Order: sequence, then C-alpha cells, then structure tokens
Amino acid sequence: MAPANRQQDKKKQQIKEEPRAVKEKAQEQTAAQKPGTRNESVYVGIPGAEALTTIERTVPADEPPPLPPNNQLKYIGTRVSRQDGRFKTTGAAKYPSDTHLPNMLYGKFLSSIVPHARVSSVDTSAAEKYPGVRAVHVIENDLLSAQVLDKTKEVQSKYPVIRYSGQPIAAVAATSAQAAQEAARLIKVEYEQLPFVLGADEARKEDAPNVFPAPAAQPETAGGGGGGAKVPQRGNVRGPERRERGDVLKGLAASDVTVEGEFRTQVQTHSALEAHGVVADWKPNMLTVHASTQSTMSVRDELATIFKLPKSKVRVLTEYMGGGFGAKFGAGNVGVVAVHLSKKAGAPVKLFSDRREEHWTGGNRPDSQQRVKIGATKDGKLQAIEFTSHGTAGVGTGAGTAGPARAMYTCANLKTEEYDVFTNASPGTAFRAPGHPPGCFALEQAMDELAERLGMDPLLLRDVNDESPARREERRIGVEKFGWKQKFRKPNSDPGPVKHGVGVAQAVWYRIVNMDSAVEVRINRDGSVETRSAVQDIGGGIKTVIAQVVAEELGIEPRNVQVSIGDTVSPPGPPSGGSMTTTSITPAVRNAAYKAKQHLLEQVKPLLKGRDPASLTLQQLASKLPIEMVSATARRSPEYGKREGMFLGGVQFAQVAVDTETGIVKVEHVVAVHDCGRPMNILQLESQVNGGVLQGISYALYENRRLDRNTGIMVNPNLEQYKILGAMETPKIDAHFIEHYIARSSTDAGGIGEPATIPTAAAIANAFYNATGVRMRELPMTPARVLAALGSLRQGATA
Amino acid sequence: MSEKQNDGVSRRQFLRGSALTAAGTAILNSGLLGQTESPTSNAVGPGPVPITMRINGKDHHVSVEPRTTLADALRDTLHMTGSKVVCDRGACSACTVWLDGMPVNSCLTFALDVGQREVTTIEGLGTPDHMHPVQAAFVEYDAAQCGYCTPGMVMSTAALLKSNPNPTLEDVQHAVRGNLCRCGTYPKVFEAALAAARKGA
Repeated sequence: MAPANRQQDKKKQQIKEEPRAVKEKAQEQTAAQKPGTRNESVYVGIPGAEALTTIERTVPADEPPPLPPNNQLKYIGTRVSRQDGRFKTTGAAKYPSDTHLPNMLYGKFLSSIVPHARVSSVDTSAAEKYPGVRAVHVIENDLLSAQVLDKTKEVQSKYPVIRYSGQPIAAVAATSAQAAQEAARLIKVEYEQLPFVLGADEARKEDAPNVFPAPAAQPETAGGGGGGAKVPQRGNVRGPERRERGDVLKGLAASDVTVEGEFRTQVQTHSALEAHGVVADWKPNMLTVHASTQSTMSVRDELATIFKLPKSKVRVLTEYMGGGFGAKFGAGNVGVVAVHLSKKAGAPVKLFSDRREEHWTGGNRPDSQQRVKIGATKDGKLQAIEFTSHGTAGVGTGAGTAGPARAMYTCANLKTEEYDVFTNASPGTAFRAPGHPPGCFALEQAMDELAERLGMDPLLLRDVNDESPARREERRIGVEKFGWKQKFRKPNSDPGPVKHGVGVAQAVWYRIVNMDSAVEVRINRDGSVETRSAVQDIGGGIKTVIAQVVAEELGIEPRNVQVSIGDTVSPPGPPSGGSMTTTSITPAVRNAAYKAKQHLLEQVKPLLKGRDPASLTLQQLASKLPIEMVSATARRSPEYGKREGMFLGGVQFAQVAVDTETGIVKVEHVVAVHDCGRPMNILQLESQVNGGVLQGISYALYENRRLDRNTGIMVNPNLEQYKILGAMETPKIDAHFIEHYIARSSTDAGGIGEPATIPTAAAIANAFYNATGVRMRELPMTPARVLAALGSLRQGATA
Repeated sequence: MSEKQNDGVSRRQFLRGSALTAAGTAILNSGLLGQTESPTSNAVGPGPVPITMRINGKDHHVSVEPRTTLADALRDTLHMTGSKVVCDRGACSACTVWLDGMPVNSCLTFALDVGQREVTTIEGLGTPDHMHPVQAAFVEYDAAQCGYCTPGMVMSTAALLKSNPNPTLEDVQHAVRGNLCRCGTYPKVFEAALAAARKGA
C-alpha cells in the first residue's frame, strides 16, 4: 500500500473533480476581502484568438505581482536549452543505475513462473551458502497488487498468494550480479497451483476462476491509475464506476443520427530505458536511497512507513532518472526489498529489474474493450453519449477509459460505466494519461463516423460540440498548418495500392495541482543563486524551467541559477506525473525568488546610501549583504479563482499511407497543437509533444504485450519482440502552442506530458479510415489486422 | 514441486561453464594470451583474467571474468557509466562505443575480445566543458529528454559524421535506427545531427 500516494490523491481529487467546463466568468465574486489577501488584475485570454483582458483575483498578500504575457518576458516562454544537457550528452550525468558505493552488493529477484499458486514453503538455505551471498530476503507482501479488502477472506499464510507469473517471491544480495543471479536460482519454492485466468473476456465469464477470493482494491497513484475502494465486485469484474447526467435514452430518441461501435486496445508496457531500481544504503543514522523514481517524496514516505522510520531519517536521491511514464511513483517491491537486503547485509545494495522483469512486471497500460454510442441532431449537436468500458489491469485496477467521453464535449445526456476485470497478470500502473488514449481511440472514431453520417466536416462537428476556447483556437491553427482543407478528401480516394488519408482527434486532460510543492531560493553574498527542491526531472526539463523562472524574477541569466533537485532533504516537490509538475512547482519557485529578493533588499537598503536599488545588479546588491546569504522558502499557493481553466487540451492532425498489399501503415506527418496555460519553454515543450506523438504512433501500430496462455509468462519481454517505434518510423512532426492565460497562479503555467499522447492513436485511426474507407476498431494496427480488415486475409487470421 | 527459472542458458553462463579455450575465440589474434594467468594451458577463466584495454587514449589494467561484457567492464569495473545498459542483448544501442572508430554494442562485446583495439566511449568524445560538436548540437537542439539513450545516440551520430560529413536526413535515420529512445527525441536528434554536419563536426 502507498499511504503517500493516497494523501496526494485526496489533494488531487479536490482539484480534479468531474466538472463540466465552466465558462470563464468576467468577474469573480469577491466578498469582503479576507485578511492576508489583496486583489490583483491578472491576464486572461488566448492571444491571437481573442483580446487579452484581465480579471480581478484575490491573491495571498505576499504573492509577487501578476506576470505579464510571454511577449513581455525575457526567459519564460522562450527556447532556453536544457541546463543539464551538457551532462546528459557527455555521459557525465549520474543516474541512479550508475551509482557505485563502497562495498556495494548486487541484488536479484526470484520470480514466480506460475500465474496462480499458494506458497507453502520457501527454502533459502542453499542460496545463503552460495559464495558471495550476503543476504536473502523472502517477500512478505506484494506491494503492487490490489489487496483483498476483507483480510479474513484470504487463506492465512506467511507467504503472499502468487497471483501472476513474474510476481517476486524472494531476493538475494551478493558481491556480484552473477553470484546473486546464480544464488537466486537455488531458492526452493513449494507451492500448490490454483486455477488461473489470463484474458479479460474469459475472466468475465460466470465460471471463470476467481483471481481474488473476495472484493479487492488497489490504491491510486500520483499519476492516476488505481480506482476507488467503494465499487461493487462480482467474480473478477469490479464495477461499474458510473457517471450519469440527463437521460441517455431520451437523448438517443431525440437524435437524428446515432453511431455505435465496439473498440479494443492492447496492453502496453512503459518500456522506460532505465529500469525500475534503487541503490539502498541502510545505516543506523540514515537510510539513503538512490531511486529511479518519478516521486522522491512518495518513495521517502512509503519507506518511512514500511520501515517505521521518521521521514527525517530517510533520504531519497534522484538527480537524473531514465524515464518513467507513470510506472515509477512509489518505492515498489524493488525499493522495499533492496532496503531489506541492505539492512540485513549491512552494506549498500543495488537492485534493478533486468529488461525481462521490467517488461513483464514493471507496469503497463491496461487493455480495453469499449462500447460507445452517440447521437446527434441534424445540426450536429450531440444529444447523447453512452459509454461502457471493460479492461484488465491484471491484479491491479484503473482500467477505466471514460475520461474523454465525460470531459471532452458538451452533451446534456451522458452515461458512462467503467469496469475493471481482474486477471492473473502483472498489475497495471498509471501510464501517461491513464485511460485517455484508449478512450480517445473509441470516442474520437465515433465522432469521425458521426461527422461522415451527418455530412459534416469533422472539425465543424467539434466546433458545434466543444466549449473549450483553447481547442477552438487549436483547431483553427491546425487546419491552417496542416492544410486540412486541401488534404481532407472522400474516404478511399487514392486509386493505387498505397492509399493516403488524413484524420483529426482531440485531447482533454485535467489541470492537476499538487500542494506539496515548495522551493528554497538562496542568494549568496557573491551574487550566486541556488535553488533547491525535492522535485525530480523525468525528462520534461523542470530543472531548466525552474532556472528560467528564478532568472526572470531576479534579473539574471538562467545559466547562472544553480538548480539542485531530486533530494528529499530539500523542500518537498511534486511527483513528475499527471502533467502536474510545472503547474504545481513554478508558482512556488517564483514566489521563493520574489521573497528572497525582498529579503536581500531589506538587508542592503540601509547600506545603499540612498541609491536606487533598481539601478544596481543583483550581484552588486548581494555584495553589500552584511550576512553570507539570504534565503526564502515558498510553497505552492492555492489556485487563484474557482474552477476556470480546469482542463488542458490539444488537437492533432495525422496523415498516413496504408499499403493495402502489405498491410503496413506509415504515419507521414503529424501536426500537434496544444495548450498548457502559459508555455514556459517552447524548446522543451516541442520535445515533450514529439514524445507524446511518437509514443502514440507506437501504441497505435506496434506495441502489444503477449502472455503465454499456459503459464502467463510474457513471451516478448524485450525490445526486439516488443516493438517500440524507432528512427525509421519517425514522421515529420510540427508542434504548435497557444498561450492560454487563465489567471490561476503566479506563473499560470500548466503541463503538457499527458495531452501530448492522448489523441495520436485516434487521429491515426481516423486517417486510416479516410485512406481506405475501412475503420480499424482494434489496436495495434498490425499488418495482419490491416489486411484482415481490408478483406485480403481470411477471417481469424489476425495476429 | 520446486521452482526453477526457465530463461535458459545465457551466453555468459555458457562461457562461464565451459571456460574459454583460446582456440575457439578471437583471443589468439588479440595478443591476449600472453597476459593470462596460466599461459601454459591455453585456457583462461572462469575466474578473473587480467587484461589491458586502451580506452579513450589511456591504458586501463583490469581483471575481469571471461563472461564480462565490455559494457559491464566499463560500468561496473571502471565506473565509466556514460554507456548505458538497457536491453543487454543488442536491441537498443544505448551501450554504443567505438572499437577502432567503429560503433559497436558494448553489451555484445566481451571485454576479453577487445584486445588491442582502441575503445572510445561517450566520456572520451567530449566533456561537459569541452563538448564534441555533436554533443553541443544535441544540447542546442534539445535532443535529450530523460537522457538515458543519449550517449548511445551521440556515439552513433558522431560515427556517421566521421564517415559521412554531409548526411541527408535519411542517412541520419539509418545511422541511429538501432538506437531506441522512449521519450521520442528522434526528431531533435535528426535536427541536431544535420546542424552539427553543417557546422563541420
């Protein structure tokens, strides 16, 4: 269990309710001014789409003045190159997996090769005697699986029930990685096999073996995934989580046109290049853990709870980390087991998953089977959205995909139901915009079909039903940059075997704020500036953005701001997930820099002999300091205003070529137009959008986790059989950003990570339809599936 | 019923199990034989074997088991951790180094097979204060996100520009087609490579 994550969830959910888009109110209602606050006029609007105006906001009294739009700023919103780029490109950057400590031991797991079993004994004696072995640990609790809520329903045993192949059972620490691997094989496990079920369709049947003996639940993680505890469960099917408004049946009856379809998506693995892992160093006065994590704070809090240590005696370090994409929030089995081993051995232990374990059990995006039915009147106005999803996160939860159906379009009559289906497979975890890429694949194809049935341009259909001013502007920009009007033709227009087509799809995501976001800014007497936070950089470039904000506030260059992140001895930082990092921490950064500057002026003003401080550089001012340093720590202020701008979005346009003889789909061009509040660093935003688009293409065309039907063992747990997109499949990508000022914080910044990958697969599917006149309802679009869909192969020959 | 891992015999276990006979390997040609502990038996290992590798212009004397890959020798023995091990089976190229200027997967190269060949690693290409032009272009064009694939990507790109100073976009794609990146840096890698070429890297 992950108590830290639960706390974060509560906070998250306060902000991420299930709101309908609330129109920007021209005037916020402010009663009598609260003590400790002041009123400010803060910018709102989308330059280019509408005139920039201001809105009156009540803000904390010590907030810095409102930030002007980006065109009046020196560093924020520009293309500042990555501060740590020269370390990453020269191999000098030290990742957690690069850590070497004196006397460090190497850990190795023994994992189950059966999918469901009750363990009766674990004999570690031979492993313990193996040369080089210093510690052996038998796992007491699988941290990643859902847990049976009523503990009395589980057969009592000192060993956890094995519920998936790959579930770790024990681990060894030895003086070399090879010795650890050899010793782990000597552990003898006695177990009784139980009936198991691997596929979601089979698991839904009445007579399917039960994965859990009673209702079970998995906590949500900071990046989404997991699910609420108060959901009914029958057999392996947990749900529905239902949302309803209006009357869907009436809405469908009032519709002139209805569209209905079933859509399926596959299990996708995160495939971060750096595996899950830590180097744990248990010492009597301090536990130090070098962790490849998206949340140093979650790892610290979880380890403190499990090992009954005060948080002050756990230090987690993550200066760099090699990708996460949602799978690396907590300490996980790997972190907890490494600490046990280090404690037992009295030496630091390095424990990282190997690539096979990483693919097999390092987390995944659940699969889905979705039914969507939508109806509209002749003018295109949506009258009803009915949406049902089933999906399996293995022994986890969080497979729901209804997010886009609930939040994208205005529709008075809506009913969504999400079901999790338990199977004997490794637990799903949050994965870049949990539920949204599959949900978008279904919803946006239905919208595409609806547009065709209505004889409307798909963009016009969205204009009619989408209230978001940001996406409206994004559609306008995208149409122009992509050349939509020239390229959008009737389906199946190319006469030859290679058919070209274009498609569009939209993203919706949530503006999520984590209030545990704080920063310290120090100004030293020599004029040098330091910034500290526990926040980690997953690759989005938050380190550079922090430097830009401090530089802007203090009037120095970003490269002169020393940014130290990824260390829990610093003020707490948010997780890198849910597109919340920039949203959460940049206001704290700005506020801390602003306060540090004020402290500096307080200290030196009496010594300036009447000179105007504005006429002096920061260095000149700092040189007058009577003390070595001034420092200020600021935390995230609550959001200004109420519910405006609660969503992030984006619109993507794709052009594909479908070879109808080979079944190969090639994506040729993608135009992606996105919003993220105030854009902070265009260069890094382009990179994140490229990444989102490329992961989306990879998801649409190539990736698919395959389990052996007899053992549940993953049969493609590597990077040549589990195919991810490479350089040869990379199309031309044009990323564009709008500035969307919503007056919610002292930076008004938002995130981009999730929305960037949400609509890609759907846009490709719509382009496939436009190319061929055939709709792909299942991912990935492998050549075999494409040929089957096009009728060139016998039914049942799909791969 | 007892449980055993079923992932078969890896190449390293095979080498460990059979020891290494000089006749069956490239070691005869590498001049390594003279450095082994038991020069009379024609066999090395399975224990550690002292070897000398020339890396980034310097000789390094290390003692490694015959099953040790060049990647592991660099990372675990010499603590040169710029080269990353991701797939450990030649599928991702994150561990790319040069042997006599040719890019190879160091995870598929045994340390004992390096012999007299000159090893160039990412650390030898440039440093944070004196970057190779390709490294500088990668920074300028933001061709690194998480950065874990970046050293391999840089080594492949720099090797291309050595042999082909004026590459096309397609040439660049081909040069890095074995380098997997999960963050999606490819478009920026292409830009950086072409920009470095224009600057005469």
